[in-house]
Amino acid sequence: MEILVCVKRVPDTAENEIVLNSDGNDIERDDLVYSVNEWDNYAVEEAIRIVEEKGGCVTVVTVGDDDADEVLRREMAMGAEKAILLKDDAFEGSDAKGIATILAACVKKGNYDLVLSGAQADQGFAAVGGMMAAILDYPYASLVNKIEIGSGNITVGREIEGGNQEMNEMALPCVLSIQTGINEPRYVGVRGIRKVASVDIPVFGAGDLGLDAASVGEGAAKVKRVDYFIPETGEGAEMLTGSTDDIISKLIEIMKANGGL
Amino acid sequence: MAQVFAYVSHKNGAVDDTAKELLAAAKKFTDASVTGIVVGSGVDAVAAEAAKIFAEVIKIDNAALAYPNAEVVRKALVNVLPAGSVVLFAHDTFAMDLAPGLSIKLGGAFASDIVDIEGADGNTVKLIRQEFSGSVSTHTTIDISTGAVINMRPGAVAAADATAAGTVVDKSAAAGDLASKRTFLKVVEPEAGDVDITKADVLVSIGRGIQDQENIQIAVDLKEAIGAAAEVSCSRPIVDAKWMDASRQVGTSGKTVKPKIYMACGISGSFQHMGGVKGGFIIAINKNPNAPIFQVANVGIEADIVEFLPALAEKIGEMK
Repeated sequence: MEILVCVKRVPDTAENEIVLNSDGNDIERDDLVYSVNEWDNYAVEEAIRIVEEKGGCVTVVTVGDDDADEVLRREMAMGAEKAILLKDDAFEGSDAKGIATILAACVKKGNYDLVLSGAQADQGFAAVGGMMAAILDYPYASLVNKIEIGSGNITVGREIEGGNQEMNEMALPCVLSIQTGINEPRYVGVRGIRKVASVDIPVFGAGDLGLDAASVGEGAAKVKRVDYFIPETGEGAEMLTGSTDDIISKLIEIMKANGGL
Repeated sequence: MAQVFAYVSHKNGAVDDTAKELLAAAKKFTDASVTGIVVGSGVDAVAAEAAKIFAEVIKIDNAALAYPNAEVVRKALVNVLPAGSVVLFAHDTFAMDLAPGLSIKLGGAFASDIVDIEGADGNTVKLIRQEFSGSVSTHTTIDISTGAVINMRPGAVAAADATAAGTVVDKSAAAGDLASKRTFLKVVEPEAGDVDITKADVLVSIGRGIQDQENIQIAVDLKEAIGAAAEVSCSRPIVDAKWMDASRQVGTSGKTVKPKIYMACGISGSFQHMGGVKGGFIIAINKNPNAPIFQVANVGIEADIVEFLPALAEKIGEMK
């Protein structure tokens, strides 16, 4: 199996509190810690497990700048054999369709049986996998939480509402977007990171991918974020304040009043 | 303005509440009438029900559409919808599967998980979204000049009144070839867990804020202090980490609960999680004062749950 996994470098929101900048038009990015998108980590782990069992090669790819190199190397330290960085000034300001167009062009350059992405990333559109599949005319399944490889086809489980799982059989090649919880991503140690520190990672721009620069980037984007803002809380919670003892006393009264104690 | 369609979700022959929400969302950016789309097998009654909401309903009825396989439904929609259409969906697991690819095949733009629509300026529709698990909101624009697919977050926009006496137009014959490279096999239901959290009066529900698997014991201790009516539940990351069984997960992808008291402990309050909390008094304990959970909880406490929960359990224990 030749597997391509699309990954993204994102702010690590589990470790950071998101605050607006002084102009209120962006989040404060200077002190943010970045890491690989959580969903993508599960996708890379799943790809590595498939290759360990069936043979083949895992390649990780990202659209980004020089900083994106660090997430590619992290995923290589995890077990991906190859990496590709898609970098070009023309890619800047792309919307989800632009990113999907760039990644689809990269898929066409290779000979992959399976293309994986995370189910969603920091912006929460959950769009790129499905758009990429449609551009390539590959079958697609989202929110995948189970994969069984057959010969020439694949059986996938999708997470649907209420804890249920929808099973589908699909032809290869196909695109799957991976839901968290499908596996337990392996630990990446410092030794693993060091081992891949000097590996050459090819960089492809629009020309290398045979892309018309006008089809991607800000000019082609039909969806644009105008600004960030903190929503008015309206009917927010009544915040309990005071010493811990005071708060606990108030809370116990509230729990009694609502039938909990 | 392009023709606007709303995809009507339905289950067991009943139209989903989100249909009225999509009508309300569409009215925020267009004065034109909105057309409902009912897709499935044997859906005459569903189409008639949808015609009480939309002035016109397109019905696509075909045995191949008995289960909403996203690839098959997409083919049918692409064959039936006019170029440049704007199509609204409820942002659920089916629309997440279908809508991004549909936007490519229709040649339009795509925006998802929209919580509100501010209006339109020509072909530019102004949307409101959230990022970073709801901790910040964004104004986002979508250019609908070549059509668009827009997924609306369920429950985010108040439903419109159902007053239409609409007509049903059968477009089944136009659906065309529905052969697919993806075949639906079956739906697998989860195995029952050792406890049924939907029966508990009080849920001590834990999220990422618990930090460590060993700390789960402090939630168990609090549950035991409260008594027999209490249970421990959790949010998705706890199940993903294999710290607790999936049968204890609350949320759209887990259980729907309606306890008397829901204690959200170290839970940020993403809509996927709160989508599973359908009632009760919500107490939120979180060390991040900007956590979205404080917007939906009745009572909030800014505290580290690892310190606060043992202190609370001790006080409740002393009372008894």
